[in-house]
Amino acid sequence: MKSRLALRFAALGYLALLLGIPVVLVFIHAFQDGIASAWDAVTTPEAQHAFYLTMVMVVVAVPLNTVFGVLCALAVVRQRFRGRALLNAMVDLPFAVSPVVVGLALLLVYGRRDGWAGEWLAERGIQVIFSTPGMILATMFVSLPFVVREVIPVLREIGTEQEQAAATLGAGAFQTFFRVTLPAIRWGVAYGVVLTTARALGEFGAVSVVSGKLSGRTETATLFVENRFQRFDETGAYAASVVLALLALATLLAMNLIKPKEARG
Amino acid sequence: MSIVVEAVSKRFGEFVALEAVSLEVRDGSLTALLGPSGGGKSTLLRVIAGLEQPDAGRVMIAGEDATSKPPQRRNVGFVFQHYAAFKHMTVRKNVAFGLTIRKRPKDETDARVDELLKLVHLDGFADRYPSQLSGGQRQRMALARALAVQPRVLLLDEPFGALDATVRKELRAWLRRLHDEVHVTTVFVTHDQEEAMEVAEQIVVLNHGLVEQVGSPRDLYERPANEFVMRFIGPVTPLGERWLRPHDVDILLEPAMGATEAMIDRVTHLGFEVRVELSLGDGDATWVQTTRGRAEELELQEGQIVWLRPAGDPALAPEAA
Repeated sequence: MKSRLALRFAALGYLALLLGIPVVLVFIHAFQDGIASAWDAVTTPEAQHAFYLTMVMVVVAVPLNTVFGVLCALAVVRQRFRGRALLNAMVDLPFAVSPVVVGLALLLVYGRRDGWAGEWLAERGIQVIFSTPGMILATMFVSLPFVVREVIPVLREIGTEQEQAAATLGAGAFQTFFRVTLPAIRWGVAYGVVLTTARALGEFGAVSVVSGKLSGRTETATLFVENRFQRFDETGAYAASVVLALLALATLLAMNLIKPKEARG
Repeated sequence: MSIVVEAVSKRFGEFVALEAVSLEVRDGSLTALLGPSGGGKSTLLRVIAGLEQPDAGRVMIAGEDATSKPPQRRNVGFVFQHYAAFKHMTVRKNVAFGLTIRKRPKDETDARVDELLKLVHLDGFADRYPSQLSGGQRQRMALARALAVQPRVLLLDEPFGALDATVRKELRAWLRRLHDEVHVTTVFVTHDQEEAMEVAEQIVVLNHGLVEQVGSPRDLYERPANEFVMRFIGPVTPLGERWLRPHDVDILLEPAMGATEAMIDRVTHLGFEVRVELSLGDGDATWVQTTRGRAEELELQEGQIVWLRPAGDPALAPEAA
């Protein structure tokens, strides 16, 4: 009895110290001057543009990484080819490399003056660095592994028999994928999407390097928080943080709502 | 012929799963592929279905060369050991799958599914999910799903292997009756000789990727082609240099030509059957199966000296002598 209580206390205490107290303090600070000033802080044109830009990151990066993630997981689990192990390891690269390094790497590739492909792109009028495309690339890079990592174990677990059964019943590769495989892995995909979304919402380091931080132009919500904080606008910084936290929370809730009862954990 | 397999070979790396296997399956027959695990029987079934590509040889289904056809164009029904139920679909959607893929009209599909669910005794379960069915029910659903598209051949891979003994016995008898009703050419894989003997009209014994013998259950039991088949297909007992069926040994109370002296170690009464365990002169143990009447007639008891002789026309493996 005692040891069970101790276990619970340790788990909850750890969470409270590491997550609970800091988050609660963020909420308190956001509203220290009242709800009205918090509202005003997150509805300025700069703030609105920052949230809009963050949503653009999510709306582009999440679907692309979801499609890539499912295809990549299928290749790793269902096929045998040279370089399969390498592909599997490469997917984890964004976990291993610091986002700041990712940002710098993108500068090396797309930088206008001395980037590997920068000049070529600039001649064609495409600006990647200090502009939305570069920020989207950075967001995609850091949020790439989640769907792959969630889907691979589910694909392994369901095995190939259902797919083979579909084939003997006359289903072609596409029909088998959309009618059998995808429904079977849908909760893995959904969880991957939630994690990808959360990561895309919160990305700071890589985007910070490639954005140029032009307020109202290349400033995402996280960059806006930093900007406000450095200008001693505590309310602005914390209120924007609260909005970010609520967006992430909404994503989690959305997944739990669409999930059937037996799959809820 | 419904299925003709010609000199099919298949390797997995170093492992030889099938070595130039040839086989013919008559229209409307019920055939068992029988053998120990790793003998190649499942691989052969999967080659017929197109789920495995043979390294050499040909597969003909209903007179057409199917060797290079993908499984979806072979029109075979396949039933897996672990059901391979589509877990996110109801029983009705599972059974209708092949018809949905073929874009049959909805009312035709519904009627066909209802008919099949009745056939497999699952009417009333149409709106359940596979997770709400027992193992036996799931396998019957899988069978209905395979039959829905009216396949030219029905292939079952250890269909009862994952079920408990009672359900397995029931389903065996039921499959036999179903085949009498539906008459689709059926091939099933099993490692259980009793199952093969009970259900099949023709048995193909596979071992180490080779066909050891093809024949009716009775043929195989009474005229095994070799010692492997003899030992795999039923009980055997050693007598001198040879193996015999334990009921093909006569127990004599007096010495006789060709009879071997033995001492009774134990007499076990199993109802109608009586099992007699004996030691031969050289110390080897053997056992003989006899009837209750015969055992009483001879007044068999422990410690008694008797003489053993092969009965009139015993089942014998030609290589064993």
